[in-house]
Amino acid sequence: MIWLLYDGSFEGMLTVVFETYEYKWKELHIRKEGITVPLLFTETKTVVTDEEKAKRVWKKLLDLIGSKGVQTVWAAWLSEKESIEDTILGVIRYAIDSKQNVLSDFAHPDVLQLQQTAKSVGREKHRMEAFVRFQLTKDGIYFSVINPDFNVLPLILPHFRDRYADQLWFIFDSRRSYGIYYDLEKAVFVDFIPNSLLSANGVSKEAFGEDEDLFQELWSDYFKSTNIQGRKNTKLHIQHVPKRYWKYLVEKKS
Amino acid sequence: MQERLQEKLNILADSAKYDVSCSSSGSDRKNTGKGLGNASASGICHTYTEDGRCVSLLKILLTNHCIFDCAYCVSRKSNDIKRAAFTVQEVVDLTIGFYRRNYIEGLFLSSGIFKDADTTMERLVRVAKKLRTEHRFNGYIHLKTIPGASDELMREAGLYADRLSVNIELPTERGLKLLAPDKTFTSMEKPMGFISNTITALDDTRKLMLSTPKFAPAGQSTQVIVGATDESDHEIIQTADRFYRGFQLKRVYYSGYVPVLADNRLPSLSTQVPLLRENRLYQADWLMRFYGFGAHEILDSGQPYLDLDIDPKFGWALRNLHLFPLDINKSDYEMILRVPGIGVRSAQKIIAARRFKSLGWENLRKLGISLNRARYFIVCKDRALETKQYTPETLRHLVLSAGNSKFSDLWGTQTSLFG
Repeated sequence: MIWLLYDGSFEGMLTVVFETYEYKWKELHIRKEGITVPLLFTETKTVVTDEEKAKRVWKKLLDLIGSKGVQTVWAAWLSEKESIEDTILGVIRYAIDSKQNVLSDFAHPDVLQLQQTAKSVGREKHRMEAFVRFQLTKDGIYFSVINPDFNVLPLILPHFRDRYADQLWFIFDSRRSYGIYYDLEKAVFVDFIPNSLLSANGVSKEAFGEDEDLFQELWSDYFKSTNIQGRKNTKLHIQHVPKRYWKYLVEKKS
Repeated sequence: MQERLQEKLNILADSAKYDVSCSSSGSDRKNTGKGLGNASASGICHTYTEDGRCVSLLKILLTNHCIFDCAYCVSRKSNDIKRAAFTVQEVVDLTIGFYRRNYIEGLFLSSGIFKDADTTMERLVRVAKKLRTEHRFNGYIHLKTIPGASDELMREAGLYADRLSVNIELPTERGLKLLAPDKTFTSMEKPMGFISNTITALDDTRKLMLSTPKFAPAGQSTQVIVGATDESDHEIIQTADRFYRGFQLKRVYYSGYVPVLADNRLPSLSTQVPLLRENRLYQADWLMRFYGFGAHEILDSGQPYLDLDIDPKFGWALRNLHLFPLDINKSDYEMILRVPGIGVRSAQKIIAARRFKSLGWENLRKLGISLNRARYFIVCKDRALETKQYTPETLRHLVLSAGNSKFSDLWGTQTSLFG
């Protein structure tokens, strides 16, 4: 049994997959560097990311499981689950051995695991597209802080870029300390928060304009008015908006 | 000024909330030329009310002043309530302000009928036009069409809106006569027919000329109130079926009557909202739209009401036990869809997965199939869990006692509305 470590990038993981074939490793686990592996009786090896090798695996995968399939693999990988790389390797091996698109073989344990993980990530992506609440700063930037369960920023970028094409916006993932900034031309990943938004204790209240409070108040009012008391159903409400998301929501704050 | 706007929003959101539609799906309007917004084909719920309904659109009335006196409606002219009216600009500003903050997918604008149908409709159209042309807004717009408005206004509405709707509210002519004396079935169906015909006509033109403008790309919908009058489920489903087939409606919404007014033509103010009945009607509706069921398979005049204890698909299966059990590894998709406990997604997964290998109970369980119901109706690779022959009565009892209905603790036993 060998533990193969990589730098935490998607290309890094694909490089490991390449090398498992290159060096004919059979019994193995793939982990991100920095994760604790059992100390006793284990061999570890750090694999250096190689763009060329990663590209070859990617192309092979495209052939085998199509663009929808590689999207599924990528989404599952973004879950950051500890053993997701092992699952992905299992699926890739199965695809290579059977030479067909195996992603609809829901009775195969690795395929099922991959599909279910990708589905959870997809659900979190959708929730972020729904629950992001922008606040308008004095500098005219629509700003939002999130900390999603999975690393979904790369997945939500196209949605926000296409929709809010005529306004400056910035979404920051506080758990992973990076964000997306859209400057009216392109959306780019950045690993800082603009100074004007920060104060000693996090995001500065001063940063926001007068209208911001008004709109938040109007929205909270609207939320209350649109409720029908005679139909109250708290269980269903919480099922749709789990409590851990309430912190994002203007209407759930008061 | 600000307080007045807040007060208006409270009044006009409050009176709009009984319109249950909040769908923002079905349109694929793109954001062209760096304008604001687009439509998401599957729709997005940005939050949920405490009663568990999706909030996707800013749903408001332009005004709750109304010349009509429909008994079931809070805005009826004889009701003594606070009245308010937005200006066109106020609605536009609210929509844009909310949309830019990612609170909503767009606007659902309805209105009480002030002065006459054309004046009201013209004002609704003006809001949509301003959003689309001055603000280059490509988000979702749902406009209520006012029965009696001119064809010209209706046509303009469809060019700006993603969805149009006419609420029939009462599923039969006799219901309308009783509660909405100002309306007739014919006057309600006329705009539905107009919208349906215009959509079809433009679709035909589009085949020849790609630049044909979009007309209500997300189609039209309607709403019927359940439990305000004495219509049976059979009559309601018949009406819905007629709308789906006759006017190609995208959705019929069923709204359990919320008692808001004291009137001797209506159920008393202490009546519970018939939530369970409403839920069963939606299930029946889903069976017609996604599961290939005909209205006549769900209910008939001999059995005019849906069974509140079991869902309509299970009910159908119990009446048709001779068609079961199905072999899950061989049956057609259409039949697998009819197995209680198997939904559309599960049926698709079964079809996809069985191409690789024959499926057993464990596979089915992991696919997310509700075996506590499905197992009585299917066989698979493994030996049958259930080989006994059951009567409908025993099966019904077995399934009901195995699982607690999610409704049982929530609403208790529903009181029957009409004794």
